[in-house]
Amino acid sequence: MSEKKKDELLHDHNRDGVDRRGFLKCMAWAGTGAFCVMKGGVLNSYSLSRISEISTADMMGELSFVQISDSHMGFNKPANPDVAGTLKAAVDKINGLTAAPEFMLHTGDISHLSKPEEFDTVDQILKSARPKDVFYVPGEHDVLNDDGKQFLERYGKGSKGGGWYSFDKKGVHFVGLVNVMNLKAGGLGTLGHEQLEWLEDDVKHLKHSTPIVVFAHIPLWSVYPEWGWGTEDSAQALAYLKKFGSVTVLNGHIHQTMQKVEGNVTFHTAASTAFPQPAPGKADSPGPMKVPAEQLKSVLVITDVNYVQGQHALAVVDSTLA
Amino acid sequence: MRRSVSIAGLAAALVLGALGFGTGQKSHVASAQEKMSMMEVKIDNFTFGPATLTVPLGTTVTWINKDDIPHTVVSTDDSKTLKSKVLDTDEKFSFTFSKAGTYPYFCSIHPKMIGKVIVQ
Repeated sequence: MSEKKKDELLHDHNRDGVDRRGFLKCMAWAGTGAFCVMKGGVLNSYSLSRISEISTADMMGELSFVQISDSHMGFNKPANPDVAGTLKAAVDKINGLTAAPEFMLHTGDISHLSKPEEFDTVDQILKSARPKDVFYVPGEHDVLNDDGKQFLERYGKGSKGGGWYSFDKKGVHFVGLVNVMNLKAGGLGTLGHEQLEWLEDDVKHLKHSTPIVVFAHIPLWSVYPEWGWGTEDSAQALAYLKKFGSVTVLNGHIHQTMQKVEGNVTFHTAASTAFPQPAPGKADSPGPMKVPAEQLKSVLVITDVNYVQGQHALAVVDSTLA
Repeated sequence: MRRSVSIAGLAAALVLGALGFGTGQKSHVASAQEKMSMMEVKIDNFTFGPATLTVPLGTTVTWINKDDIPHTVVSTDDSKTLKSKVLDTDEKFSFTFSKAGTYPYFCSIHPKMIGKVIVQ
């Protein structure tokens, strides 16, 4: 694909009227998760696959945690016949980190078909991870057939409504949102009125200087609406977060890493622990990408990196990935 | 005896199919299937094929998932006339249409996937 075509794609999937000033985008696949560290109120995110290239000093901050995503336990097709093995590999990487993360976030699609044994397997594998606390939000694959009943029973204790919740760690306010329920024909991910009202209320009392980390399965920005990679009412959610100086949004769903900065908000998507998906518009459909086994299990392969430094200071937070 | 008849029927369908594809006249296949009151919608590459299917009253439509990723068939009306379980690779869902009308549906996991059945 030509450079020109790439640019067209970039513009095409940003028809949301949002100012593109300060736009940063990196794409890669086959990472196994992200190491996130809060430093001076700003979140830095590093792919676990390239963590050896990050200095110990860079990994130190007020708070660190790991994001993993899209384990798809139960998937057994050629794109990755051993999703348990690749999840274990991710856990090994997490356990090998010199700066021990305090907890983990799983941004959904824990299971492939919402089967109890799939959730059981993931729970069992994650038990061997050094960080003991795991905070989950559901992916669409976790709420099949039962409108999320099983997911809520397993992971939703203390959550509100369809499974959303917030918590505080070392002065950072974390918000887990659910955007995979009640999807409408032809539409994208949805947060819904009830959840949006809850969010508005949840952050109302917080000081503007509080760093905010929002995590949800489907991206809260328009990555590629043609493939459903976006959330209908995310603009409303982000409007409630406008007053804050530092907002980080962590998502999964698209099985590749991307970053983007818009004003006070830095968006990240994490790679899947299971299998990669094609870059937006670069295949007929967002189906699993089949890659040689040695590539899948080993290190990150950056297939495409686009970096445009913006005018906002936050635009450089991920420069070490490029 | 029954067995040989059905094999003959299958052979005829195959011949018709081959003719249809060979000459680009797919209508031959469709008319043969209509007589049996069975129609198939293939789910492939995150699309329903055909996206719009017109069938006579009483037809049984079967959806089959040919993707590596699970899909569903759920109609958009409030009463959810069509509501399949999650279909993993090669799994099928069938529904017999006993009332005329237009039945729009989608995949509730990937809502960009939409289709409709028109029953006449």
